[in-house]
Amino acid sequence: MKAVLPAIALALLLMAMPHAGGWFHAWMPELSHPLYTRTSFVALTASHVALVLSATVLSTVVGLSLGILATRPAGRSLLPTVRAVAVIGQTFPPVAVLAIAVPLLGFGAAPTFVALALYGVLPVLGQTVAGLDAVSPAALHAADGMGYGRWRRLLDVELPLAAGPIMAGVRLSAIVSVGTATIGSAVGATTLGSPIVEGLVGNNTAYVVQGALLVGALALTVDGVLGVVERKIRRGV
Amino acid sequence: MIEFDGIRKRFGGHAVIDGLSLRVDDGEFFVLVGPSGSGKSTLLRMVNRLVLPDEGTIRVDGEDVASVPVERLRRGIGYAIQSVGLFPHRTVAENIATVPRLLGWSKEAIRDRVDELLALLRLDEPGMASRYPRTLSGGQQQRVGVARALAARPRIVLMDEPFGALDPLTRESLQASLKAIQRETKTTILFVTHDMDEAFGLGDRVALMLDGRLVQTGTPSELIREPVNDRVRDFVGGARARLRELALHRVRERMHRGGVADGEAVDADATLQDALGAMLMQGRERLPVSEGGHAVGTIDLADMVERRR
Amino acid sequence: MSRRLALPVVVLCAVGLLAALALPFAHVAPNRLLSGEARSPHASMLALAWVVLAVTSWDRWPRGVSVACTAVFAVALPWLLAGDASLWLATARATTRVQAGFWAMWLSTGLLLLDRLRAWRPGWRVATWAAVVGVTVLSAAMGRFDGVAVVREFHAQHDAFVDALLIHLRLSASTLLIALVVGAPLGFQAWRARRTGGALVGVLAFLQTVPSLALFALLIGPFAWLARQWPALGALGFGGTGAAPAVFALVLYALLPVVRYTMAGLDAVPADTREAARGLGMTRWQLLARVQLPLGWPVLLAGLRIVAVQTIGLAAVAALIGAGGLGRFVFLGIGQGAADMVLLGTLAIIALALAVDLLFQGLLAWTERRA
Repeated sequence: MKAVLPAIALALLLMAMPHAGGWFHAWMPELSHPLYTRTSFVALTASHVALVLSATVLSTVVGLSLGILATRPAGRSLLPTVRAVAVIGQTFPPVAVLAIAVPLLGFGAAPTFVALALYGVLPVLGQTVAGLDAVSPAALHAADGMGYGRWRRLLDVELPLAAGPIMAGVRLSAIVSVGTATIGSAVGATTLGSPIVEGLVGNNTAYVVQGALLVGALALTVDGVLGVVERKIRRGV
Repeated sequence: MIEFDGIRKRFGGHAVIDGLSLRVDDGEFFVLVGPSGSGKSTLLRMVNRLVLPDEGTIRVDGEDVASVPVERLRRGIGYAIQSVGLFPHRTVAENIATVPRLLGWSKEAIRDRVDELLALLRLDEPGMASRYPRTLSGGQQQRVGVARALAARPRIVLMDEPFGALDPLTRESLQASLKAIQRETKTTILFVTHDMDEAFGLGDRVALMLDGRLVQTGTPSELIREPVNDRVRDFVGGARARLRELALHRVRERMHRGGVADGEAVDADATLQDALGAMLMQGRERLPVSEGGHAVGTIDLADMVERRR
Repeated sequence: MSRRLALPVVVLCAVGLLAALALPFAHVAPNRLLSGEARSPHASMLALAWVVLAVTSWDRWPRGVSVACTAVFAVALPWLLAGDASLWLATARATTRVQAGFWAMWLSTGLLLLDRLRAWRPGWRVATWAAVVGVTVLSAAMGRFDGVAVVREFHAQHDAFVDALLIHLRLSASTLLIALVVGAPLGFQAWRARRTGGALVGVLAFLQTVPSLALFALLIGPFAWLARQWPALGALGFGGTGAAPAVFALVLYALLPVVRYTMAGLDAVPADTREAARGLGMTRWQLLARVQLPLGWPVLLAGLRIVAVQTIGLAAVAALIGAGGLGRFVFLGIGQGAADMVLLGTLAIIALALAVDLLFQGLLAWTERRA
């Protein structure tokens, strides 16, 4: 339910929004352009989703690898440093990461992508370490005693048991990314934040409302869908 | 056959195992008993190399365990522990099939073996195979744990206080199952416990371990009757150990055939402990003995005391 | 084990070495308007410094040697940066912009110092960090870093910056206060009645999912309407844009952690202990005041730490709806293409978040020691 309702709302909004110009005009007659038309809402949504998806995939790969490395015997001594990076990194606001990326990469989607990917690593990393640490020592001891190799134990026992927390990290990472990508339109990325920022700058409340409604529905859809995946994984454990 | 030869192990400057040698014969149920911290679990874990000795060698069937690839060694030895360690994301059947799967058995062979073990460990209520560990009682979980240890028909099984966390009734029932399976399959079992009753009830031979050394090794009767020193005597329970010993003998061994007595009969296969209990309860010094429901003789209070000694 | 080079040292020194050799250290221009070039004048020297840091971190040496070397290096890096402009161009107007190499090395040095200090007692750790930060701040106050663009920007915008900082603090503090006053009783109610509590947490989690910019933006309409309906409210600052909708949105975001941690804090006392306390004749209020509050307070404090850090970050976004604060520097700078302004705002936000985080960590350590 939690996944389906926002998805339906998003689809309805996407279908209705291009035809809602008259309605917005009736609501805010003082605006000469009551409907955002520079880019279609479908295209904005698609590029927003593409940005978040690619960044989340990259942060998942990096976060998962680092988390696994830091919990192996060989990398265990890195764990405090990795934790420190995660804790300090969490205090960096997403806006700050975004702003730092701009002078290095210029305007557009690139700094937004880098900021999303970098910032998204932290929740995945944190949850991977937490999930792998929480695997019952008895199960690990039994696995060793029965002759599991190191990699086989990781793949067959540890990762399946840690999959729930790891998925929660991926979900959190994606949600934060949806929000940060919205702000990313302020540095030139084309996302659902574009109508909002343009509306705020140009005093066009209709643009703001259009962008905000769509991005809100998108965020809830992403959260709902990933939540379903997470629950499915946790139920199997 | 498991041979320990001159084993030493220190943890942080403290000797946990101090020059220990021991031989466990083929098909033997061997119990290491001792208080916690005596080094018995450490010794057990050296057999499948979860712990490495500082000095000395361990041979399994004549082969130094240090020379066998560790994963092959472990897959050939069954292993059960007190905390069970079932994989929570796998069903009962999948848990039992762990080692056969690691060894690459065929699907049919695995399925047949799992069915066999479910029956053997009395886990055969319908739907059990596809349940998840968290839905099982503690006793059922440990039955699955034992089945998992036995799954690949290992010649040797290591058990580290597997029944320590169970209630007395469940423990007795599992002990009986295990003993019966061991007798039938002639598996060599090295079993660790701190419970004297469990040690005497299960072990063909028992070794008492104190502070990293074997203080005495022998049959349960030997430990009870001929303790080598006062510490062993204290540990096996002094005079009270004789009550324990009564549980090792059957009425059949001491009864007088053909006699008649009043009172409620005891079965010829009951232990002497049971018979003594029945006498105390009925307030009699002689009871009839029955076999298959027929009176076959009598047993006296005096028979409890062994005459030769 | 004891004679080896620790893995964190290897990794951090490798990152530092790479940054020294491969990334630009600074960007130097003759003045603010001319475009200059990226330079790494000390690349080989810095690379050597990283090798020295790695060698002194060998477990064979006393820990003090590597701590001292790392701390000195942490202090030296900004000095080197500031030195560039004057040494290389020798003009007072020369401007140095910080580049990726400097940031990567400074961060690695900080993490290395953190790692080296781990075995030491808290007192010594705090003292070392205080020395590093103290010397750096003192150098800045003495004008040692005035050639660096971001410092120059700070001097140029001093008054506006202080205003923005104060506004940012005011936004964050009022959010924290309101969220605590509203959230703690809500959390207590939710804890007492689990079912309605679940619904409340569900609604708050739902709100938390909505991107901050969208929530801020959506509040503009209702607040503008309120201000039109009741001009008195408008006079109090309840316009469509500004501080009021910003604080309102920030409180909405802060409520979820406050409610959650309040519930976790109340759960810090196990149910059987609570039952025993009631059995001994404590009233519900006595139980709350004498048992649950003292034991649950650290948990709530840990929650407030998260809320505070989160709020400082989100308050930066509030600049987009005219609430001011340090985010104004960031977004104004982005709009004008003024990188120094962006950096000034960003660094200030990060520093503020770190400082508040440390403050709460200190508070937490203090309460736990007393408990």
